[in-house]
Amino acid sequence: MNKMEKALHELAEMDELAAGTSPIHGLCAPAKLLTTIAYIAVVLSFGKYQLSGLIVMVLYPVLLFQISGVSVGSFFYKLRIVLPLVMAVGLFNPIFDRRILIQIGTVGVSGGVISMLTLMIKGVFCLMASYLLMATTPIDVLCAALRKFHLPATLVTLLLLTYRYIGVMTEELAVMTEAYALRAPGQKGIHVSAWGSFLGQLLLRSMDRAEELYNSMLLRGYHQHFHYAPVKKCTGKDAAFFLGCTACFLLLRFVDLAQLLGSLFVR
Amino acid sequence: MIEFKHVDFSYEKDRPVLRDLSFRIEKGESVGLIGANGAGKSTVMKLLLGLLSPTSGEILVDGVRVEKKTLPEIRRKLGFVLQNSDNQMFMPTVYEDMIFAPLNYGLSREAAEQRVDAVLQKLGLQELKHRHNHRISGGEKRMAAIATILAMEPEAVLMDEPSSALDPYNRRLVINTIRELKQTKLITSHDLDMILDTCERVILLSGGSIAADGPAEVILRDRALLEAHRMELPFCLAGRA
Repeated sequence: MNKMEKALHELAEMDELAAGTSPIHGLCAPAKLLTTIAYIAVVLSFGKYQLSGLIVMVLYPVLLFQISGVSVGSFFYKLRIVLPLVMAVGLFNPIFDRRILIQIGTVGVSGGVISMLTLMIKGVFCLMASYLLMATTPIDVLCAALRKFHLPATLVTLLLLTYRYIGVMTEELAVMTEAYALRAPGQKGIHVSAWGSFLGQLLLRSMDRAEELYNSMLLRGYHQHFHYAPVKKCTGKDAAFFLGCTACFLLLRFVDLAQLLGSLFVR
Repeated sequence: MIEFKHVDFSYEKDRPVLRDLSFRIEKGESVGLIGANGAGKSTVMKLLLGLLSPTSGEILVDGVRVEKKTLPEIRRKLGFVLQNSDNQMFMPTVYEDMIFAPLNYGLSREAAEQRVDAVLQKLGLQELKHRHNHRISGGEKRMAAIATILAMEPEAVLMDEPSSALDPYNRRLVINTIRELKQTKLITSHDLDMILDTCERVILLSGGSIAADGPAEVILRDRALLEAHRMELPFCLAGRA
């Protein structure tokens, strides 16, 4: 299996993951969507030096990973390309902010280092929450939930079709890279001289495929209106999940649990 | 049911693909559209489905002219099975793909689901219902693609190379399924054995016009005619003709 086929397999796995049967999968999509938005909003609201308070926010993804049965390893593996980019955010903070904020033994930790760590952790937490939402909710159910919140139909359809288009493009890329590798044995990757024509061909081929798919939709009565899967009616359990989680997020936002526990032990 | 009247078509000026094409297919007929590569078979299908517009002439389905404003009505009557099932099955599961058309045509989810179940049962594919499209084999995918079209309850079924890239078992399965369909059928294929098995009439296209039109048993036994148009006798007849 080449790299592209692996990527395709991983993409398809997301659909299978989302079709799981855990209690988290069973929650209604709007509740999960709102909870994720609340979580991301709270995480992003932490100040740049509030590292200890922020760290405790890991509880939500950890609990969700546990209950949903989605593997943490799969998160780090699937997002292995995005994660370094997220981690790179704030890499220059230690250069610009050298003010020593805390002293660990004889080592002084500057504000830049703390703000860098805060930014990195915020990024990872937000990615974790989004990944968990995607891994526990099928894409069309998620889109249906977005429509429930009156997001424009065009935008939601665009989101859904883009998600599908990634698969089509990856399929074409898999075929092309395999054909290339078979005629360039011993060569690692695609030679720079072929990049231009390769990308051009990829675009043309995936556009052709996308057009065929679109025609296939048109021939089966599609007329700019997608019939999403029915959204499960939200019950008291879903409301309790959303309200409970949001209350916990707010509590963790305004009460620095890590510092509180730390001060108890230090005394 | 389907009528082409003096249809001309070209993708580029001065390079006609179809020239003065006229034929008529009656309700319930099974017609095989054969011809060498580039003869214009796929173009005929695309014109019929309104994916292309003829340069001149007219195409009628049940007496209704194929044009922009009649496309929804026309497409509701015609079910098209694509050559590449991957292009037809774009939803995550077989069920979601099958229910796509009935929902678009205004059926309630319950009614659409009943129809999906009925088609799956008829084709003996119940086991595929909740399978993910990327997890099923090529043969299963082709059968599922036919099922998605039958869920539309079309009046005519158009098929582009339905037996291509299938192993003998799955090919036979597809042929048997096609034979049992009651709808009008228009099938393009290079698999002349399959055409002989499923169609009573054959239209042989060559250079964009009709070279022969008649009973499959007659045309597909005519070695000279077939060879004159870059084709061969079906394998099952090769030794006996």
